[in-house]
Amino acid sequence: MRPDATLATAGRVLRQLRRDPRTVALLLVVPCLLEILLKYVLDGQPGTFDRIGGPLLGLFPFITMFLVTSITMLRERTTGTLERLMAMPIAKMDLLLGYGLAFGVMAALQAALTTTVAFGLLDLSATGSEADVVVFAIANALLGMSLGLFVSAFANTEFQAVQFLPAMVFPQLLLCGLLVPRDQMADVLDAASSVLPLTYAYEGLQRVTTGPGFDSTAWRDLAIVLAVTVLALALGATTLRRRTG
Amino acid sequence: MPSSPAIETRGLRVVRGGAEVLHELDLDVPVGEITGLLGPSGCGKSTLMRAIVGVQIVQGGSVTVLGEAAGSAGLRARVGYVTQAPSVYLDLSVEENLRYFATIVRAAPARVEEVMRAVDIRQLAGRPVGALSGGQVARVSLATALLNEPPLLVLDEPTVGLDPVLRRDLWRTFRALADGGTTLLVSSHVMDEADRCDRILLMRDGSILATGTPADLRADTGADDLDGAFLALVERAEAGG
Repeated sequence: MRPDATLATAGRVLRQLRRDPRTVALLLVVPCLLEILLKYVLDGQPGTFDRIGGPLLGLFPFITMFLVTSITMLRERTTGTLERLMAMPIAKMDLLLGYGLAFGVMAALQAALTTTVAFGLLDLSATGSEADVVVFAIANALLGMSLGLFVSAFANTEFQAVQFLPAMVFPQLLLCGLLVPRDQMADVLDAASSVLPLTYAYEGLQRVTTGPGFDSTAWRDLAIVLAVTVLALALGATTLRRRTG
Repeated sequence: MPSSPAIETRGLRVVRGGAEVLHELDLDVPVGEITGLLGPSGCGKSTLMRAIVGVQIVQGGSVTVLGEAAGSAGLRARVGYVTQAPSVYLDLSVEENLRYFATIVRAAPARVEEVMRAVDIRQLAGRPVGALSGGQVARVSLATALLNEPPLLVLDEPTVGLDPVLRRDLWRTFRALADGGTTLLVSSHVMDEADRCDRILLMRDGSILATGTPADLRADTGADDLDGAFLALVERAEAGG
């Protein structure tokens, strides 16, 4: 493991993003616009925006980072840069942590902006602080990134990579408790949701926005999200092959 | 043999997509020379090179590179490899690419400037690679492989699609590297590049057809040029069963 290689990789990924200002603008602006849209869609239902607006803030980074990472890593595979790196003295984890660092920075920016808009402009009220939401947003971004890295190994084209979003992300969004509380779901769905990481991401966000705050359950949820992130990164590392057929 | 070869394969077998593409290959590449790997498109040159740099899954035999098993961790800093794919970041500038890879291979920062001059891309330093021509991208990729001055360079068709002036300049660069002690294995499907090599490996259908200096091959076959020598060798091999 080499910190210099990790930092150089993070810098390189951020530089690539900077060369693509439209993607950066979309990453930062779209979640804010969606939050504003949500506020006015729910105008006639007092209290609903406070209930789901907060948790959604923390879930946006999961979705966007999943997508951006899976495409970026796919490009790395298809243009031959991954093969070149694998023939160089860099550890797989240096590469993956470099990605994590870069997308963690992007997630922090995205979360800071969306929470500022939601709390400052849209009068979202929450029991916890904005910082609590940002912490979960960053953890969720890292989760999305590590899952995106992992699934990119199973996509040969960008079309396939994009389709992993509805396949991997939407079921988790449906089951996590955001639409219907988990205890009102059929038992089998409740059981399924208990093994999906986004369930804990949502539960933690819900506790710091409308629940009792950053309590021990929220800490446990954060720990689960981070543990799954590490697990997905380890699985992702096994898909980075130095030798291929 | 004066010293142990830079590359040595024995009984190398590779299967890709269900078909055997390298058949029990035995070959030696001497140190400090330019060895040309020549043969028609699809004869297995790229697969052989992938096996040598250790990114190819092999089914049998051995590949020894600079005294170590191909693909071992210790070799990653000692073998420079340039594929036919661009293998550089198209959205970054030439210099940004080189700075990143220089950190990864632990090359001194000053090497970035040196390798850009070596392959004549200094004037393109600030340009995004995606805006360059195919030949320019190929030279950026080559510059990347030169960063840490590896003792062995494996170059897969480095001159394909380049104009004659650039090809001549690149071969001068290769010669200068070989004079400095670097071993080069350079593939090409253009037979007229063979005369620029010290030694040739002629390849066809996953086997080595002949090895020797360009002069040896011409003398052996009585052909005037290497295209003729290649044809004579193919006919001889077919006649011999």
